Amino acid sequence: MADTAATATPETAGDTADGIRRRDFLDIAAVSAAGIGGLAVVYPLVTQMAPSKDVLAASSTEVDVSAIEPGQAIKAVFRKQPLFIRRLTPAEVAAANATPARSLRDPASLADRTKEGHEDMLVTMGVCTHLGCVPLGAAEGEVKGEFGGYFCPCHGSHYDTAGRIRKGPAPTNLEVPEYEFTSDTVIQVG
Amino acid sequence: MSFPWAKEYAPTNGVTKFLDEKLPLPRLVYNAVGAGYPVPRNLSYFWNFGVLAGFFLVVQIVTGVVLAMHYAANAQVAFATTEHIMRDVNWGWMMRYAHANGASFFFIVIYLHIFRGLFYSSYKAPREMIWLLGVVIFLLMMATAFMGYVLPWGQMSFWGAKVITGLFGAIPVVGEPIQVWLLGGFAPDNAALNRFFSLHFLLPFVIAGVVILHIWALHIPGSSNPTGVEVKSESDTLPFHPYYTAKDGFGLGIALLLFFTMVFFLPNALGHPDNYIEANPLSTPAHIVPEWYFWPFYAILRAFTVDFLFFPAKLLGVIAMFGSILVWFILPWLDKSPVRSGHYRPLFRKFFWFGLIPAMVVLFICGGAPAEEPYVMLSQIATAYYFLHFLVILPIVGQIEKSEPLPYSITEAVLGSDKKAVLGENTTPAV
Repeated sequence: MADTAATATPETAGDTADGIRRRDFLDIAAVSAAGIGGLAVVYPLVTQMAPSKDVLAASSTEVDVSAIEPGQAIKAVFRKQPLFIRRLTPAEVAAANATPARSLRDPASLADRTKEGHEDMLVTMGVCTHLGCVPLGAAEGEVKGEFGGYFCPCHGSHYDTAGRIRKGPAPTNLEVPEYEFTSDTVIQVG
Repeated sequence: MSFPWAKEYAPTNGVTKFLDEKLPLPRLVYNAVGAGYPVPRNLSYFWNFGVLAGFFLVVQIVTGVVLAMHYAANAQVAFATTEHIMRDVNWGWMMRYAHANGASFFFIVIYLHIFRGLFYSSYKAPREMIWLLGVVIFLLMMATAFMGYVLPWGQMSFWGAKVITGLFGAIPVVGEPIQVWLLGGFAPDNAALNRFFSLHFLLPFVIAGVVILHIWALHIPGSSNPTGVEVKSESDTLPFHPYYTAKDGFGLGIALLLFFTMVFFLPNALGHPDNYIEANPLSTPAHIVPEWYFWPFYAILRAFTVDFLFFPAKLLGVIAMFGSILVWFILPWLDKSPVRSGHYRPLFRKFFWFGLIPAMVVLFICGGAPAEEPYVMLSQIATAYYFLHFLVILPIVGQIEKSEPLPYSITEAVLGSDKKAVLGENTTPAV
């Protein structure tokens, strides 16, 4: 060791017999600090793209549904997207209940998709689950599709009177957002 | 870089000598597009489209920077500022029409450039890297064009954005959070419009950077040529300047005539009337179509209508659409035929002209048509052929095909008698 000590350079000064150098600690510490620092930079850069507070704040909506007659539907806005609220006729309720839920692409019964005591009030997003178009069938005179519910003109998805996908490319039923009846005539969505 | 007989740059006066010592930019230009760059002497007009693509990238950057001086990326006023550009800004209408049609022309020349690459197998060794960088440029172009189309905030802008970001929603489990993250909301709105504008401004400069890499990679082996036979001697080449500056200049003149015919006389022919209606999140246009240059890929997306195993149809469509371009990344290793040019490949030629090209035409037509029969079935057949062509037919054809005799050299192909070329005791099967 005496010989090597004489020729030691700063790089080899701390070398020990097992190959571990005191400088290794500095290397690991520096790279780790840089890595953690890098993550600390990436995190805000990524999350700044998520919805901002004002967008999230607009994500709760109250709608008065008392004026909707059976067979009628209204379009409201929830999270900047259309919301369909439809009061089903007894015939439409019967048609939805007559279809065995198990046979469907996205099995669900009308009761699953409505609130107890309000089985005739179908609240769904007006957003086709295929690629996000607004289906037809909420406004008067629009095509309701082969199953009497909604029809998406973009790629031909047919929804039934419970808003369930029956035919076409959409993978799932029209989404039922979180909502509750705050009174008999008012629902709060979100 | 380049061949041993390339002329060396010789600065003649004090200024160029000074520059050559301190920053040899004139030398770089001389060796890249000047007399110092020998190019195969037999290039046809199909070899013009690289230069033309570069030209239209410049058109897009110049008109785009100008438009950004007058446009405001805010959902309240974006549509109005677009109309302000059209009606109030001096020459604003021309800048916008040049930018909109410039995008179309950029894609036209890129598609012809890719067509050239596919027919003459420009992707084969030693030019794989040029091809790969080209596919990267194409993907960046598609992203840029898509985001640019959202900016006027018309009905097609909005619903195009909604449908395309909806594609990410098809990814299992993480799809919807990703979609919300990309949009910065639950539907396209101010947040999405602003970030699209920011990226639409940025990406062209990223493209310009990759273009530099593309050209750098090109200058190592040099251009391919219509025979596919590699350069062997000085008599096979001509200096880029003045021969190909002149040829490219002529092609540029033709391209400009066609471009300004569109800009001045048919400025909206390639657009959609629906995009002159302001974006309305509550009403979908009856027929959503992307811009024409996305039609083949949109047709592949919509060709999948039934679930397969655990994959929902929607996810399959998304995978196929991205896969149709990603398959180009492995193309240099799928087509193993040692012969490059389609001119000498009789079997390849049949599948190319009677298989791939008709399939692309069918996909193009179906992508612009409504999603109903017979278009759905036609796009399914064409999609199936498209993937078969690249993944099955090309590898097999490369194995079993007996190619036609190649000329010994480019010089022989240009000057030699046909007899010599056909009988060809000197013909070599490869390179």
